[in-house]
Amino acid sequence: MLPRDLTAGQFAGYPPQARALAVAHLGALQQLPLSFVPSFLREVIDYDFKFPVERAAIDKELANLTSLSPAQLKEWFQAFSQFSLSPKLENFDWINQPAQFVEQLSAYLWSTHQLDAFREAATVYGDRLRSAVPPEPIPMRRLGIAVIGQGVAAYEAPLFRNLREHGTYFGRVKPENGLELLLTATAARAKAHPVAYGHWYVDGGQEADHSPLLTCVSYQSLQPVRTALLKNMQTEIGRPGMGPEELRTHLARLSPSELGLDKAGDAVLDRFQVKLLTEGSGTQIFSTTFAQWTTREVLRRAQALTLFVRFAPRQRQRPMNELLSNSRGNPEADFTGSLIDADMGAYYHWINQQRLPGSEQSSFLVWFEGHSQALAIAPSLPRGTASNSAFDLGELLSLATA
Amino acid sequence: MGTALMTGSPFVRGAAAAKKRKVIVITFGGGARDQETFAPEGQENIPHLLHELIPQASFFTQVINQGILGHYVATASLATGVYETLNNFSAVPPEHPTVFEYFRKDLNRPSSDAWVVAPSNGFNRIGESDYHSYGPGMGARVVLPKHLLSAATSGPAPDYEHLLHDNYETPLYTPQIGGGEFELQQLEMILKLSVDDFKAHALTLSSPDELSMYIARRLMKEESPSLLWITMHDIDIAHSGAYSLYIEGIRRTDRLCAELWKTVQSEPEYAGNTTLFILPDFGRDADQDSGGNGFQHHRTGDAASRTTWMMALGAGVREGVVYDAPMQSIDLVPTLGAMMGFSPSLSQGRPVKELV
Repeated sequence: MLPRDLTAGQFAGYPPQARALAVAHLGALQQLPLSFVPSFLREVIDYDFKFPVERAAIDKELANLTSLSPAQLKEWFQAFSQFSLSPKLENFDWINQPAQFVEQLSAYLWSTHQLDAFREAATVYGDRLRSAVPPEPIPMRRLGIAVIGQGVAAYEAPLFRNLREHGTYFGRVKPENGLELLLTATAARAKAHPVAYGHWYVDGGQEADHSPLLTCVSYQSLQPVRTALLKNMQTEIGRPGMGPEELRTHLARLSPSELGLDKAGDAVLDRFQVKLLTEGSGTQIFSTTFAQWTTREVLRRAQALTLFVRFAPRQRQRPMNELLSNSRGNPEADFTGSLIDADMGAYYHWINQQRLPGSEQSSFLVWFEGHSQALAIAPSLPRGTASNSAFDLGELLSLATA
Repeated sequence: MGTALMTGSPFVRGAAAAKKRKVIVITFGGGARDQETFAPEGQENIPHLLHELIPQASFFTQVINQGILGHYVATASLATGVYETLNNFSAVPPEHPTVFEYFRKDLNRPSSDAWVVAPSNGFNRIGESDYHSYGPGMGARVVLPKHLLSAATSGPAPDYEHLLHDNYETPLYTPQIGGGEFELQQLEMILKLSVDDFKAHALTLSSPDELSMYIARRLMKEESPSLLWITMHDIDIAHSGAYSLYIEGIRRTDRLCAELWKTVQSEPEYAGNTTLFILPDFGRDADQDSGGNGFQHHRTGDAASRTTWMMALGAGVREGVVYDAPMQSIDLVPTLGAMMGFSPSLSQGRPVKELV
């Protein structure tokens, strides 16, 4: 089936808001090529569970598509129309399973050497859309904070190597009450500029006391969910015919209620957390990976104005079967390895933050927890330099956000 | 008289010399980026390659993989000289003849002369294609060290599980590793290892690639194959998202490559007549590519994930030379053909002229 044959009734399986949206813009969807529509529907079908900023983006994209004349639509999507797709893809139920379609489309594009051209078409479309529908100005300058190295007594190798050229290294930070000072400052931002899902606290271990104004996700609080997920996976892996692709499809369909995560009353956050564990690779077993991937997704999806991330020690590497079966109650922690993971995770935090609107005005701070090393990146701070000034974490944050 | 003529013929001497030529290919896997290897900031991770092997090697700085970036399909492409399109997660043979089939058919070599040491379940069909004029019975013998260990221990055993990692590419999916009578026969008949000795040695090893290298060295000693292909895989732990484990994997692989080269020098069948190739099957995604998550995967198809390097050292190779001209992954097979004297007629790559 091709998009031109779409009818309103075919969206009956969508959640209410997603269905209404698709039906309202049916005319535009019918004019788009098959190589594009399922990717877009993959976003639309989750509309009811999207963050506000994601919903706004979908609304704007649909409004833009609707505003284009047939000739303009043809011109915008000419590159996408050039891809040759298989009959198998055309016959796939891409309306109700757009994510699975996109996965198969990706494999097909790889195997037919069309992937590079598809990437190019997608990039051009994204740039054009941003020009046509520029993002709204953000209400405050974005701030990222990464706290790494929890529990590490000493570490001699240089830290923040990837970030140093972008900011100022501080080697005489006063570490006392650092965590509290940073969390207090994070909460103050949430209080000053309350935005739904705008201010986040991500912890790779047990969350510290924090303001209820912050949206909090922690590895420890999700332990029952992780356990339920690993158990579910073990059961599925044992089924005849189950392979990696089948398992991925199965995981993509899991709902919060199937993993015991529907008690908190925040369907959007519940769905987000499930996706962290079912779509992320390694998030189920390594807390450092969980913190890094959550950071990426919070920035990519919720476009957080403030994101405080604290990495915690992950368990030592063990055989994958053993990690998945979760057979040891209190696995040994790898402190130094976790610091190295988190150092890279902080770098990725900054990279992902810089992809968002307002990046030229954003600030970033990374601190080696309990120690005197930190690095700050801000428009007001010199790059590639070191400072001997002795600040506490509150003062350093003020400096970075001044 | 006939015998005297034959032994005196320069053609026969040439044939004898060609027969003695050995080639070992190590895929530095699975997937390492330049920035963690040969770029200035990554060189601390590869001290052995950098200081011990590179001075003896011809080094190619731009090896482009234009195929599918999955480990099995990419390794199959390396081995056929054609960008294969098989399902990366299925145990299916390559569509095109492998280097092992060309080698054995053209040079009339026995199966014992071409071996593959492969890391995981998915690679057990890498030794030969299903191409009609080549195919079953014409390829390499494949040894899966983890199957050997699983057979020796009568299934996964707690003390050995650290050596039984299978496919990191889908870390959530961990199929059971098989191993039975055939593997035990390989162990005892070919590798000349008792089950107890093998188990005892395995306890001293820290990773699947160490196990693979141990098996490769036993193969060199007992079978002395002329064409030996070793697929390393520890680095692919990167899929778990733990950067420190990815770096550990690179450092371990660096060490194991150097150790294998030392083995080459110490084995009479290999010393002086062996060419060693080391190359990653591909890279990993760039930090800056928003479609990926940096080092963790190889999904974007960006330049960092497609561009890597190759070194060749030993017999017939110029030492200490760096070549920046781009080559493709699929050029390996025709290069091996030109060096060893077989014709990979269906390969789509071209011999690397600096090596032939």
